[in-house]
Amino acid sequence: MIKWIQQFFKTFLLIELLKGMAVTGRHLFLKKLTIQYPEQHTPLSPRFRGLHAQRRYPNGEERCIACKLCEAACPAMAIHIESEQRADGTRRTTRYDIDLTKCIFCGYCEEACPVDAIVETHIFAYHGEKRGDLYYTKEMLLAVGDQYEAEIAAARAADAPYR
Amino acid sequence: MDQIQTLLGPAWLPIWTLVKIMAIVLPLLIGVAYLTYAERKIIGYMQVRIGPNRVGPKGWLQPIADALKLMFKEIIIPSGSNKNIFLLAPVLALAPALAAWAVIPFNDTMVLADLDASLLYVMAITSMGVYGVILAGWASNSKYAFLGAMRSAAQIVSYEIAMGFALVGVLMAAQSLNLGDIVRAQAGGFWHWYFLPLFPMFMVYLIAILAETNRSPFDVAEGESEIVAGFHVDYSGMAFAVFFLAEYANMILVSLMTALMFLGGWLSPVPFLPDSLFWLLGKTSFILFLFLWFRATFPRYRYDQIMRLGWKVLIPVSLIWLLVEGAMMQTSLGRFFH
Repeated sequence: MIKWIQQFFKTFLLIELLKGMAVTGRHLFLKKLTIQYPEQHTPLSPRFRGLHAQRRYPNGEERCIACKLCEAACPAMAIHIESEQRADGTRRTTRYDIDLTKCIFCGYCEEACPVDAIVETHIFAYHGEKRGDLYYTKEMLLAVGDQYEAEIAAARAADAPYR
Repeated sequence: MDQIQTLLGPAWLPIWTLVKIMAIVLPLLIGVAYLTYAERKIIGYMQVRIGPNRVGPKGWLQPIADALKLMFKEIIIPSGSNKNIFLLAPVLALAPALAAWAVIPFNDTMVLADLDASLLYVMAITSMGVYGVILAGWASNSKYAFLGAMRSAAQIVSYEIAMGFALVGVLMAAQSLNLGDIVRAQAGGFWHWYFLPLFPMFMVYLIAILAETNRSPFDVAEGESEIVAGFHVDYSGMAFAVFFLAEYANMILVSLMTALMFLGGWLSPVPFLPDSLFWLLGKTSFILFLFLWFRATFPRYRYDQIMRLGWKVLIPVSLIWLLVEGAMMQTSLGRFFH
């Protein structure tokens, strides 16, 4: 009975509601957590998996040896590779295409690569304006690699102790 | 002024009245626009984010951008709907929300129409607003809109009673139905305002107006998480904007009514400061802030809980306090109310 009376006054005097309003009232004055995206960015891990790139050795030779492990590892079947033997006896790709509309950005290609040729960069804000724009060919991937080599190498170095 | 009056002759009165109407409606529409901005900002702040801040400095032009967007959007009329009623419904929702402003006194002399029964007029006119909602839900010919309309009708019928009884308390105390007289009866500073002797009525009224304007936590008519958007699912563009306008104009109206009837209207809380319109606007803004605060805090009521609260709590409370108040007024305790 006493409990019932207590409960009655508790609900009738709106005590729980006032407690709830105190919580939101306090939050009105808290420091805001919003990140103003184009101007501010959240920190990205060195393992971030964004746009793909093909890397080169410092002497300018492309790393990829057309072993096709990435093509085999790719769960989305987004990679297509054709290869040939060069005059110096090495095997190189003639075609290395990634269909980014198929890609699920799992990073298995990067894991599979024995020579660190195919990598995923931290670039996530890119777009295509017409059909086929997101079908990246070997030249496009190499161009991305050339442009961002410093950052790619830095991310690999930062992650190296944990691998 | 006199020269213009003689120049216009008999046309003077309607023109002067129109000017006065514009002087009420235009600030009201601007107020509605910036109430939406304030809502987004305040609720944003309470959710530890910053709200709109891109259009104009600090986002001040956001409501203008919203209004422009809505004006240029297509009004889609569902093929299964009744076209005439579909387009009539938003107008029916907005018209009472604006018409009620005719009798609102802004200070001792500023009032468009000084009716003797202005409180009754406001009650009658604001109740008409629900027809817009019901017709919108009916004319849309969609299940969700229909459910929203039914909920809205039931809810407003229930809470109208509690709200009416709360106002009976006020008019018993003020011995008048004229809004200006009700405010004047509260003269004498903070301790004479009616929210103190009529505190239960004040709380009942505050809860009932939330339900009456379909605001959270009583927004089951909209209920976006259960019936998409309720009665206005099928509305787009300007037709939707008119519903929005009506809802916010109603919010401002009922907040102003609360300020007039329980918080002393334009009267100053302390004797050494003059009475003015700004007190009224300040009190109204405070009630509007409470509206937004409630919305940021409380989850939506379940439908049966709304009915239970309306019929089994609010109406008994207001009835009992009516009896208590009537009994007190027959004794020496009656001086609390005068």
